[in-house]
Amino acid sequence: MSVLVFVEASNGKIKKAGFEGVVYGKLSGSPVTAVVCGEADAAEVASLGEYGANHVLHVKKNYDAGALVDVMAAAADKTGASLIVFPFDNTGKAIAPRLSARLKAGLVSGALGVPTTTEGAFKVKKNVFSGKAIAEVEIKTDKKIVAFSPNSVGLQKSEGTASIEEFSPTVKESKIKLVETKKLEGDVPLPEAELVVSAGRGLKGPENWGMIEELAKVIGAATACSRPVADAHWRPHHEHVGQTGVAIRPNLYIAIGISGAIQHLAGVNQSKVIVVVNNDPEAPFFKAADYGVVGDAFQVVPRMIEAFKKFKASQH
Amino acid sequence: MNILVCISKVPDTTSKIAFTDNNTKFDTTNVQFIVNPSDEWYALVRALELKETLGGNVTIITVGPTEDDAIIRKALAIGADDAVRINAHPQDSYYVAAQIAEYAKTKNFDLILTGKETIDYNNAEVGGMIAELMGWEYITPANKLDVNGRIARVESEVGGETRVLECEMPLVISAAKGMADQRIPNMRGIMAARTKPIHVVEPAPIDSQVAITHFEMPPAKAGVKLIDPENMDELVRLLHNEAKVI
Ligand SMILES: Cc1cc2nc3c(=O)[nH]c(=O)nc-3n(C[C@H](O)[C@H](O)[C@H](O)COP(=O)(O)OP(=O)(O)OC[C@H]3O[C@@H](n4cnc5c(N)ncnc54)[C@H](O)[C@@H]3O)c2cc1C
Repeated sequence: MSVLVFVEASNGKIKKAGFEGVVYGKLSGSPVTAVVCGEADAAEVASLGEYGANHVLHVKKNYDAGALVDVMAAAADKTGASLIVFPFDNTGKAIAPRLSARLKAGLVSGALGVPTTTEGAFKVKKNVFSGKAIAEVEIKTDKKIVAFSPNSVGLQKSEGTASIEEFSPTVKESKIKLVETKKLEGDVPLPEAELVVSAGRGLKGPENWGMIEELAKVIGAATACSRPVADAHWRPHHEHVGQTGVAIRPNLYIAIGISGAIQHLAGVNQSKVIVVVNNDPEAPFFKAADYGVVGDAFQVVPRMIEAFKKFKASQH
Repeated sequence: MNILVCISKVPDTTSKIAFTDNNTKFDTTNVQFIVNPSDEWYALVRALELKETLGGNVTIITVGPTEDDAIIRKALAIGADDAVRINAHPQDSYYVAAQIAEYAKTKNFDLILTGKETIDYNNAEVGGMIAELMGWEYITPANKLDVNGRIARVESEVGGETRVLECEMPLVISAAKGMADQRIPNMRGIMAARTKPIHVVEPAPIDSQVAITHFEMPPAKAGVKLIDPENMDELVRLLHNEAKVI
């Protein structure tokens, strides 16, 4: 099964989800062709071979999502790929469904692992009901598209080199104009963060977020919050995680003064490790946690900051 | 301005999730259904706000059986003018998107809005598929939406930045947090909704592309390890040595 992988790049660097997509592609079939879209240094592009790419098509122009649908359709045509892989992130969500409708290629979004093909049936598992269940989905069309959940297969490197070719297909001109780009607050963008420090109504008011920001800074984490905190404008709304906000799956999620309502958990329960700080030992969040600290956030968080600082200093 | 808002029926956020028929079907016993939150809070409410300032009409559409009339009435009570129900079981995202596109092609909509994702199957697919089938531009996620003449201005938060985008209508937009606030229907709205028309349209012949073959529950967590609140060095040690996340 020949595989095509969408790989996003900007400012010389390939996104982590792009490397993971190539690993996903390698575990699903061969040969693997990576379509690198955007500016990427030669060394970065070449390194895709170590993750499993046999061939790279490099599209050096910066295109928007609509044009990237054209690019991926042209690449699918050129390689005759039967499986096309995207990360299930905001960029993937803007491209994969359109490509699916255009190529009449069935799509599974949010895949958790690689597909199985027993008795000719192509099946892949995905999260449903916001992480409360897993569904196995069969794709019935000849061409198939899978959008995988970031961190579902991880990064694995081995020996390998890829042949590299510049690719400049014709694309339709987009009617969408980019007027301006504004950087969101915070050093680490939340949807891609490996570490997240999040706080809820237990913090009492926006004036108490200093220690949350400091903790995030010490460990290099992004900051997040519960919905009522964003609704009350204590924090910007892009920090709102949960069913109706952003869904994240970092390696570490530290929840401070958040009760753990089911709608909150729906957006964070895919995190690898969850630490909960709450002064109520009955808080439902403890049931979803790996590590729990029953205590007052105003005492615990400063101690946590000191402990992490000590740890960081000992690492050097 | 004519806006079509796609709404989906989903289980209430607190529903117990269980399956029947040898784990092949979602068990709807005792499940309360609601309008998918981002369809209702973000897409529908923003459509109504635009209509209130610019004039026009807001139509809601869903693909589903007669039982879905309950959530359609809810959306009408919030303020939509009329409703369309494509009378079919929603087989997969492509099937739903193709039915909606078939209908929309026969009308003159300036905007088609969907929520960014439903909370049942978490696919985030229908909006993009409709755009492709209509041959229109598509923007997701949209955290703000304004309309000036024929130009829609959208703010989209992607990868740590906000992109301000402009596009001539028509286009398809998937609405996310920030676009509007939840509206609670008032008594007048609820009364009015009873008499607003629901147009029932028979489905076009369309083949689905994917099918769920089996459900399972995620592996259970091992249980929480409690740490002495006086001893945060221990927490850091465990995160480093045991969990290996820092
Ligand atoms: C349809 C729907 C969708 C929703 N979507 C979302 C969503 O996407 N995201 C979301 O977060 N919510 C969502 N909600 C709201 C959700 O149900 C909860 O109300 C919300 O998550 C609670 O936020 P919280 O934990 O910050 O506040 P609370 O529930 O008030 O909890 C505060 C917690 O802080 C603890 N606390 C208090 N003081 C201290 C202290 N000094 N030290 C330590 N701990 C302390 C308390 O014990 C308590 O557990 C949704 C609700 C609905 C109905």
